Amino acid sequence: MRRSKYTRPTWLGEQGEGGQGTADKPRLTTSAMIASLAGADQRTKPAPFGNALSALAETRPEIVGLTADLAKYTDLHVFAKAHPDRFYQMGMAEQLLISAAAGMAREGFMPFATTYAVFAARRAYDFICMAIAEENLNVKIVCALPGLTTGYGPSHQATEDVAIFRGMPNITIVDPCDAHEIEQVVPAIAAHQGPVYMRLLRGNVPLVLDEYGYTFELGKAKMLRDGNDVLIISSGLMTMRALETAKALSGDNVDVGVLHVPTIKPLDEATILKEASRTGRMVVVAENHTIVGGLGEAVAGLLMRSGVFPTAFRQVALPDEFLDAGALPTLHDRYGISTRAMTDSIKGWL
Amino acid sequence: MTTSTGDAGRQASKPPLSNLSLADRAYHIRRHALRMGEVQGQGYIAQALGVADILAVSYFHAMKYRPEDPEWEERDRFLLSIGHYAIALYAALIEAGIIPEDELESYGSDDSRLPMSGMAAYTPGMEITGGSLGHGLALAVGFCLALKRKQSKSFVYCLFSDGELGEGSVWEGAWSASHWKLDNLIGIVDVNNQQADGPASEVTGFEPLAARFESFGWHVQRVNGNDIDALVAAFDAARNLNEPKPRIIICDTKMAKGVPFLEERERNHFLRVEPHEWQKALELLDAGRTP
Repeated sequence: MRRSKYTRPTWLGEQGEGGQGTADKPRLTTSAMIASLAGADQRTKPAPFGNALSALAETRPEIVGLTADLAKYTDLHVFAKAHPDRFYQMGMAEQLLISAAAGMAREGFMPFATTYAVFAARRAYDFICMAIAEENLNVKIVCALPGLTTGYGPSHQATEDVAIFRGMPNITIVDPCDAHEIEQVVPAIAAHQGPVYMRLLRGNVPLVLDEYGYTFELGKAKMLRDGNDVLIISSGLMTMRALETAKALSGDNVDVGVLHVPTIKPLDEATILKEASRTGRMVVVAENHTIVGGLGEAVAGLLMRSGVFPTAFRQVALPDEFLDAGALPTLHDRYGISTRAMTDSIKGWL
Repeated sequence: MTTSTGDAGRQASKPPLSNLSLADRAYHIRRHALRMGEVQGQGYIAQALGVADILAVSYFHAMKYRPEDPEWEERDRFLLSIGHYAIALYAALIEAGIIPEDELESYGSDDSRLPMSGMAAYTPGMEITGGSLGHGLALAVGFCLALKRKQSKSFVYCLFSDGELGEGSVWEGAWSASHWKLDNLIGIVDVNNQQADGPASEVTGFEPLAARFESFGWHVQRVNGNDIDALVAAFDAARNLNEPKPRIIICDTKMAKGVPFLEERERNHFLRVEPHEWQKALELLDAGRTP
């Protein structure tokens, strides 16, 4: 439900009073695009994508980096600084960005093209589809601001990007969780021959999965912790939230397992079926994406086709709406993908 | 750079070329195209007849390539942005010896290497998948940047059309090509003033085309695209230009050139030709052949 443009925020009070918030309603501001998703006390690593790509490029001379005026906001500026002669600033022109990357791939280079997820998914779709995917070209499309990771509103919130790209043949979709994983995803997708769409967390990216002895393998889902009551199947930043939720629910004697599925397409069907088949567990799919057409529906379809029916099946996902602008923590609470909201949801379903 | 008479390897079984023989090539390209059109009974035949002279000059005067090795690294690249002109390019590729002539009978049929709209994965010599209009010039920027990285001397030719100029991505490509000083890019615009819904000049209009490309930083020539001598001069000038900028040859062509009763049809973007008319078309083409 969208707010009226003619209604002042109630917490401001009557016109003329100050806008400092109140004790019960602290003033949260819209996170800038470069804001970190990390909590105040969370460990982070800066620019894992840019650093990993720069390092990989040392031994892979065919790698080139292209962007559409968003090097700084996709961490590609790190690569640009390390390899200035291999960096192509294509300007604010996403159709060109993708087409130029396709042309370079045809001539034997491996372009990493970066922009925001909204612009790749919405604006450049036809170009990715026909110039890259249909030709199965070796282009890696790496996009910041996936799902709800900015408070700028629908112009910047790529809440449906996975749904859009899932419908595109040939393309591999990767949704990494943290800095530890992003560092491993970069060489892995470079080793994969074919187009890849990668959802990117940038800036100071949380560091979580190193504590779980985790290693990324393209196309593989991995159990991060076991649990007998609930199985959360998640990707991207929602795996971080799932792990926090699991910890929170253990205090209520709810035993939660977490299956991390960083490769959304192709799906690791065998692992998902194996884990979802275990009796007595509710399956909850958690994704930073609209409930339409993402990981949740991919898993649901797989289970139905395979005749696997868990005790219950639920989705933690963004609603099928154009979302509000505002401060990110508020929005994550409002739309159910914060740890607190997710914990409450699962408790309610049990 | 290969000239029309200097590439003995490419033309081993053919006599040395002159402009007259280029006219002969164009005649054969038109003939191949008409025969493919007959297979389907309809299609983008008027465009093929219209650009046959441009393709003859491209493939038999300007470009270097090896018919037996379509992926030869040192070849010039020819990007067909207008996928529905595939019938024209197939005709040129047949004439160039890249596709066997007998394959024209499979045009647009099941399992054919010659689909109605050109696709890179289907056809030797087809560098890109066109058809979704407005892709070619932006793709060409990537080809040109990559070739420069490789210090290649190859040119990238990109054929697109007046109707296609409505796509914004064409202008993203035009802008970028100039920014990157892509002197290895030669754009060719087929101006036949026909698009799906009518004359391109009326649908949205595209003039002043030369001024538009000049303002984008391109070297611009505009010629009669059915005048082989003018085309040869323009291609030579584009290739030999010593300026760090992309080049464009705007070619005004006549739809269905060479077959008068098709030329006269008002709406000839997608022609339907009656079975008995194909022979007539071929006869008229033969009758108009340059002696």
